[in-house]
Amino acid sequence: MTRHADNREQFRPDDHDADHFLLTTVVGSYPKPKWLNRVRELSEDPESKFDAEDLDEAHDDAARLITEEHERAGLDTVVDGEMRREEMVEYFAHRIPGYEFNGPVKVWGHNYFDKPSVVSAVEYDEPWLVDEFEFTSNVATKPVKVPITGPYTLARWSFNEAYEDEEALAYDLADLVNEEIEQLVDAGARYIQIDEPALATTPDDHAIVGESLERIVDGISEDVRIGLHVCYGDYSRIYPEINDFPIDEFDVELCNDGYEQIDVFQEPAFEPGLALGVVDVHDAEVESVEEIKRNIKQGLKVVPPERLTISPDCGVKLLPREVAYQKIENMVQAAREVEAELDAGEIDVTAPQA
Amino acid sequence: MTELVATTPGLFPLPDWAKSDLSDLKGHQKGDLISGDESEAIVSTYENARSEVVDDQLDAGLDRAVEGQLRWDDMIAHPLAVHDNVETGGIVRYYDNNNFYRDPRVVDDLTPSGDVAAELKQASELLDGAAPMQAVLPGPYSLADLATDEHYGDAETFLSAIAEFLGGEVEAFPEHETLFLLEPSLVESAPDDDLAEAVPEAIDAVAGATDADVVVHTYFGALDEKTYAHLLDADVSAVGLDVVAGDREQTVYNASEYGVTDDVALGLSDGQNTLVESPETLRERVEWFEEQLPATDFETVYLSTNTEPFYLPVNKHQEKLAALAAAADLDAEVAAE
Repeated sequence: MTRHADNREQFRPDDHDADHFLLTTVVGSYPKPKWLNRVRELSEDPESKFDAEDLDEAHDDAARLITEEHERAGLDTVVDGEMRREEMVEYFAHRIPGYEFNGPVKVWGHNYFDKPSVVSAVEYDEPWLVDEFEFTSNVATKPVKVPITGPYTLARWSFNEAYEDEEALAYDLADLVNEEIEQLVDAGARYIQIDEPALATTPDDHAIVGESLERIVDGISEDVRIGLHVCYGDYSRIYPEINDFPIDEFDVELCNDGYEQIDVFQEPAFEPGLALGVVDVHDAEVESVEEIKRNIKQGLKVVPPERLTISPDCGVKLLPREVAYQKIENMVQAAREVEAELDAGEIDVTAPQA
Repeated sequence: MTELVATTPGLFPLPDWAKSDLSDLKGHQKGDLISGDESEAIVSTYENARSEVVDDQLDAGLDRAVEGQLRWDDMIAHPLAVHDNVETGGIVRYYDNNNFYRDPRVVDDLTPSGDVAAELKQASELLDGAAPMQAVLPGPYSLADLATDEHYGDAETFLSAIAEFLGGEVEAFPEHETLFLLEPSLVESAPDDDLAEAVPEAIDAVAGATDADVVVHTYFGALDEKTYAHLLDADVSAVGLDVVAGDREQTVYNASEYGVTDDVALGLSDGQNTLVESPETLRERVEWFEEQLPATDFETVYLSTNTEPFYLPVNKHQEKLAALAAAADLDAEVAAE
């Protein structure tokens, strides 16, 4: 069941003016500066003197830059834009013993993915994200959120040579994610987001994701905020089941179809916090502050303000960088204006009581 | 004595160098996908890749060689996607996979195009008699299922038009020993009652255009009972059955209840998993299937991957080709041990 933990106030900035607080955040990825892509190619070129150590330095520089860009946009919680990650499954598979890589496979057209194979029992070796978290935390003045690809997606988007089925693989991977979160929490992390895009394409497997989450949060303090992000799909096929998931927050992509599915979450009452996508990541047109305020108010049909988190629909990495920045800046501005209107009693909250 | 023939359903992964070169030459966006009027540089890259995958099959020792369908960016929707009277719409999911193709919207008559025939002529020259050639096309039901009809009006007329179009393509083919018609939609979205009876007629319209052995290959699991029964009305040499994915018991039930064609193709090797089955394992699967049907004596059994192999990385794909060829060559007694 939902954790019902009161772990949201810790992200309220000390200088927050309004009584109401809409937590602003991002899903994770951000456009990479062009130079980072160039230097990565250079580091892979055996003719070049630019080596892996130079690439590490470039990753640090990019992570610092994007973390600060997020802070400049005014976000309450930030990430490094996933500057060190090329692909959401590959990044983790490279760090998990039991995986091997055989080469690229087609997704569509000439877009490929190094789909890994699980060839033996998966194990935990070195921490996956602790260095990344510590670096970002040292750069940031705001709390840092850590996105982690979820075990169901890691299982579904791999070749399974070693396990009876994907469910068994997902549960073993969930135990590893649990171990990683323990390490992250020891390092100071208080906001974790589990990304499960695969659930959007195979919603009938929601029970596997639910059981994986039970394993993920086992022994994790309720002071740690646990979110689940599932990209665009038919949410009616996983709701109200997600009300039983042990999460603090469910992060959804609803802006891109104009909140057609918002009523899915109204009956029965929504139990976790709602992290609502309020800017479209598939459209390079920057939404105005007024438009985003209307989008935020859609969320108040589902949850009261103290359980509403404001976020883009999904990772923004495919947008032009200046568009990504402007969308996030407008998003924060809109959230602050809605808070003021809530303080002034100018907004009716129609969310049913959970 | 049953003849074992090692083959594949075509649609191979591009060699890795070709993935990279074609990414650079064509780009990554929807508008960059194959059009049927490629530049000289793109044509010659595909020629080199085609030559490589033909050699791979000869090296592996397969009993039939395919062209590889390397240009089929839209998977089995390709023959429509490059057609002049078809407009390509949005990117849609290819069955239950993390793969996508352009929705082919048929907006005018499906006249013969010769696109696939041109590929096969190239393959035929490369093969130069070294192995019998196998042509590959989508089956009419699957192609109609993947497409959007904005011209013919109703489902049955559309299916029949697609079948006639495919028959016209086959007529232009160079000599081929076998024709595989890929029909995954018969499993994934089986025809409703009205359309089910039209499916064998549509298949006959394609199969009737060639003297080659025609195999209607189904995959992504078992056919439902009714679809299977109707499919057997088609005048073809073999049906192809998936004995890896989905409900194998259903497949066996269908075969024992309704019979099978004189020849059969078996999807034995998993086209969607990198685990490479040994030749002995593949052969055991053939024997397992035959044991379920004690009264049936097949003239020919085609040993194949269940699905198209493009889901695999190239190294595992090549190992699977070699295992299929070795499985067909294994001494029956050795395999039974």
